[in-house]
Amino acid sequence: MSDTSESTDERADAESEDAPSAVDAEEVRHVAELARVRLADDEIDAFAAQFGDILRYFEALDEVPETERDEELVNVMRPDEIEEGLSQADALRNAEETEDGFFVGPKVS
Amino acid sequence: MAADLNAFVTKERIEGDADADGPLADATVAVKDNISTAGIRTTCGSDMLADYVPPYSATVVDRLTEAGATVVGKTNMDEFGMGTTTETSAFGPTKNPADPERVPGGSSGGSAAAVAAGDVDVALGSDTGGSVRCPAAFCGVVGIKPTYGLVSRYGLIAYANSLEQIGPIAGTVEEAAAALDVIAGPDPNDGTTRDLREVDGADPDPSYAAAADGEVAGMTVGIPAELFDGADERVVETVEAAIDGLESRGAETTAISLPSVEHAVQAYYVIAMAEASSNLARFDGVRYGHRSDADGNWNESFAETREEGFGAEVKRRILLGTYALSAGYHDAYYDKAQDARAWVRQDFEDAFADVDVIASPTMPVLPFELGESLDDPLRMYLADANTTPVNLANLPAISVPAGEADGLPVGLQLVGPKFGEEAVIRAASAVEE
Repeated sequence: MSDTSESTDERADAESEDAPSAVDAEEVRHVAELARVRLADDEIDAFAAQFGDILRYFEALDEVPETERDEELVNVMRPDEIEEGLSQADALRNAEETEDGFFVGPKVS
Repeated sequence: MAADLNAFVTKERIEGDADADGPLADATVAVKDNISTAGIRTTCGSDMLADYVPPYSATVVDRLTEAGATVVGKTNMDEFGMGTTTETSAFGPTKNPADPERVPGGSSGGSAAAVAAGDVDVALGSDTGGSVRCPAAFCGVVGIKPTYGLVSRYGLIAYANSLEQIGPIAGTVEEAAAALDVIAGPDPNDGTTRDLREVDGADPDPSYAAAADGEVAGMTVGIPAELFDGADERVVETVEAAIDGLESRGAETTAISLPSVEHAVQAYYVIAMAEASSNLARFDGVRYGHRSDADGNWNESFAETREEGFGAEVKRRILLGTYALSAGYHDAYYDKAQDARAWVRQDFEDAFADVDVIASPTMPVLPFELGESLDDPLRMYLADANTTPVNLANLPAISVPAGEADGLPVGLQLVGPKFGEEAVIRAASAVEE
């Protein structure tokens, strides 16, 4: 176990010297968890390599000067009006599981 | 032939109003499968929505059928619009009618292929970073990306809201413009649509089809070196010949510079991925869409559902978008991308002080061979160099066939100022002649 983590650290260090935005499998796993997307191990490895390339390319954004971003936008307001919306039956029609007019989700914990 | 192209995901009809008259009466239209059709499944090219049947139609679909057009099917696309080749679809790739060994471009590849193969008169696509113009260029047809706010997005399943517009694809500039006449205009269900009577400098009552008159005498066409550098030589030659044609009809060309566009692809992908990571959070398997059988708590079930329902490119963009918005990286990526977006917008505004339209190749490359770019996402992203600046700047643009190189279609892109659709349509109609 300690051998594995050492060699991972070495690789990460070597990469960080040559290419600052290299991404390791652990980071991909972390972001996938934040985004609620499970990934297979081979997907994680492929993504780590691709993300390194893509993020290195994105780094050219560093050269962009700070720019005045104000665009002339106006709020579009109108009074609230009650209109016909979807029926409950229509709103539930595409759900995998429903009960008594409600959506049924997975258990929370 | 068309069946072999895999241009359609679903073939079902919505009959047009038989009493309508006008240019779209009795026309057939194909609708990209991320645009909602009541009672007809709308998959976004994804396993996630393989069985999703919308309870209502998009505003653009209602407007087309009210104008007499009949919807004949839903077209194949890159999954959720995420791709430049239509190969990321869960329903298999679409082939290019001009050469079935090659991709039709994307993400609205099925729509462009259906038009090019003669299956339909008109098709709708959506353009977030070039997804109408790219397949129009690769298939040798016409595609219009309208100014942000001209066409309602109500019923378009969102990928990156701040960038995308629905646009028409057709065999000629005039037919595409006639379809734009029908779908354009304010919609109370989309608060980002604009009423042109209230937009400074815009034609309050435009007729896009009438603008396809080929009259370019006195028009000034800007030629930005940045959008020609690095493009395939065969593409550049074909596009330059088409621009010479505009000059011979009385248009004037002038060299311009758009230094900001060198950063457009990076800015586009950071913003689009960030918006996608938020938009696609709705696909949790509860209210609609695929749901995993896995027996776990909410988070586990959510993650498993999304592992099963999304393909690789969609996962890539959700993850990179989540990364770009996460603590510690937001300033480096997302904020810088917004600076770049403002810079691109400013660059175009400055350019349009001197020119009426801006011309360039639509795509810097000829159509890829099938499978060529699928495992190299960055290479695919770079092909969007000339189309993405237009979305960042919210501008109108058209891709019109410029000719062929090695037997493959080449598209010329014309970009106009905000709500300047008539200028790009007029210039494009002159290229056609």
